[in-house]
Amino acid sequence: MELYKLTVHEAHELLTKKQITSVELTRSVLERIAQVDPTIRAYITVTPDLALEQAQRVDEKLAKGERVSPLAGIPIAVKDNICTKGVRTTCASRILENFVPPYDATVARQLRALDAVIVGKTNLDEFAMGSSTENSAFFPTRNPRDVERVPGGSSGGSAAAVAADIAIAALGSDTGGSVRLPASFCGVVGLKPTYGRVSRYGLVAFASSLDQIGPLTKDIADCALVMNGIAGYDRMDSTSLPEPVPDYTKALVPDVRGLRVGVPREYFVAGIEPGVEKAVRGAIDRLVALGAQVGETSMPHTKYALAAYYIIAPAEASTNLARYDGIKYGFSTRDATDMLDGYFKTRQQGFGPEVKRRIMLGTYALSAGYYDAYYLKAEKVRTLIKHDFDEAFQKFDVLVAPTAPTVAFKIGERMANPMAMYLTDIFTLTANPAGVPALALPCGQVEGLPVGLQIFGKPLGEETLLRVGYALEQAH
Amino acid sequence: MRLSREEVEHVALLARLGLTEDEKEMFRDQLSDILENAGVLGELDTAAIPPTAQVLPLRNAMRADAAEPSMSVEDVLANAPRREDDYFRILPVFEEEYDK
Repeated sequence: MELYKLTVHEAHELLTKKQITSVELTRSVLERIAQVDPTIRAYITVTPDLALEQAQRVDEKLAKGERVSPLAGIPIAVKDNICTKGVRTTCASRILENFVPPYDATVARQLRALDAVIVGKTNLDEFAMGSSTENSAFFPTRNPRDVERVPGGSSGGSAAAVAADIAIAALGSDTGGSVRLPASFCGVVGLKPTYGRVSRYGLVAFASSLDQIGPLTKDIADCALVMNGIAGYDRMDSTSLPEPVPDYTKALVPDVRGLRVGVPREYFVAGIEPGVEKAVRGAIDRLVALGAQVGETSMPHTKYALAAYYIIAPAEASTNLARYDGIKYGFSTRDATDMLDGYFKTRQQGFGPEVKRRIMLGTYALSAGYYDAYYLKAEKVRTLIKHDFDEAFQKFDVLVAPTAPTVAFKIGERMANPMAMYLTDIFTLTANPAGVPALALPCGQVEGLPVGLQIFGKPLGEETLLRVGYALEQAH
Repeated sequence: MRLSREEVEHVALLARLGLTEDEKEMFRDQLSDILENAGVLGELDTAAIPPTAQVLPLRNAMRADAAEPSMSVEDVLANAPRREDDYFRILPVFEEEYDK
């Protein structure tokens, strides 16, 4: 049996029935990494020794008849902007190339507490800034469905790892679509939870009011299982929501009868690939056939979201990235004469082009004379975007749309033009300013390349998203 | 509207970011392009709209002012590019040398 192909829930069942061991499962995934990752390049760091030690501990627990968590013994990949104690965490940046965190992110601590087997750290666009994983300072990741194409970004390593069966599940982070877009391009399931649902402690900050960690998995049931492991209040994150966490597996019910599903017309506009629209419309038809009440709606400020996002996110990024000063940790230039010169050269040599672009853009938007015209204006438009969601959720339980206007594009195709790259996120980046959860799941193909359906939910409405996703998955 | 070279240099100074001559020229074009796109926001009358900085219902999340264990000095300094004893070593802030 090719154990690396298992889902989390399948592997858990075989582990608890003692039909496989975690060491066998972990070896299978590690061997598969050795075989295919030289081509895919999903991982920046693989930790085979730590993984096998952890797998061994789980096998000992299982041998003793101890009850273990649904994630116990399961090989999981973690995006390399999530701090892992003692394991290099680079953010795919030269400036953190040798950074070894002295602490675990809360999600990493939760995974360890549940006896998950962390197999490695996955590639991303530098500091999660990008839509293709080509902005990694080290190397681009390739899409397992077509290695000439990008996996999407910025969690491209995590999505590619799950799609290529070199991780059973993975964690990513989503600031404007960075979980959902690569999930869509690679044909896997990705969830951006409600802002505050999952702790950001130890997630290297990009845009703090938008960032959220989420799972990338092979199916909806696995998404629920990973959410059960990582969701919840964390006193180390002051933006974490002090709300009880449901058992997300209870939402795995293939029943959407009577559910009110809104289709916002602004997500079906010029520029969308015909095959993508056809696949998404097909999924909507399936929801109708399953008994959902589908209706069209309007979210009039959608077309302003891109512009607002590309002011707000860079503004927060320019502030957050001020911490890379070459003093406390990370790369530090060796050829500076004084402190100011040190800042200039450390940051010049340590950051890549996209990060520099966003620092410049954000600094400009926050600078004296431009703050009101750009930053404050964008924050007001953010209010309108959130209001669009609030209004739509008066009438509907969920909203459905494409995850991206196109399928995965060719490597190099959008690198020369930043605006063309930014447009990749046009359908995903609305959820983050509004704080709402959004699920991406496969809903068809165009010439063999996956298309992703996106489902937006009410704040803390992850269970409804999982229910819709599960109903569609089971009906497929 | 294309950003002037001086504007790009001023922003880079604020951001403490060294740029090559080529990068300055590139950012003049690219930032102008992105900011021009942001001009679409001007279509909206937002005079009466309050800004949203974050979406949570939470305000002033404070913890109790109680002492708790913190990271060891060794852990804190483990990633320091330059250290001296239990301190981060930095480059001189002023050109003159004072205590010699």
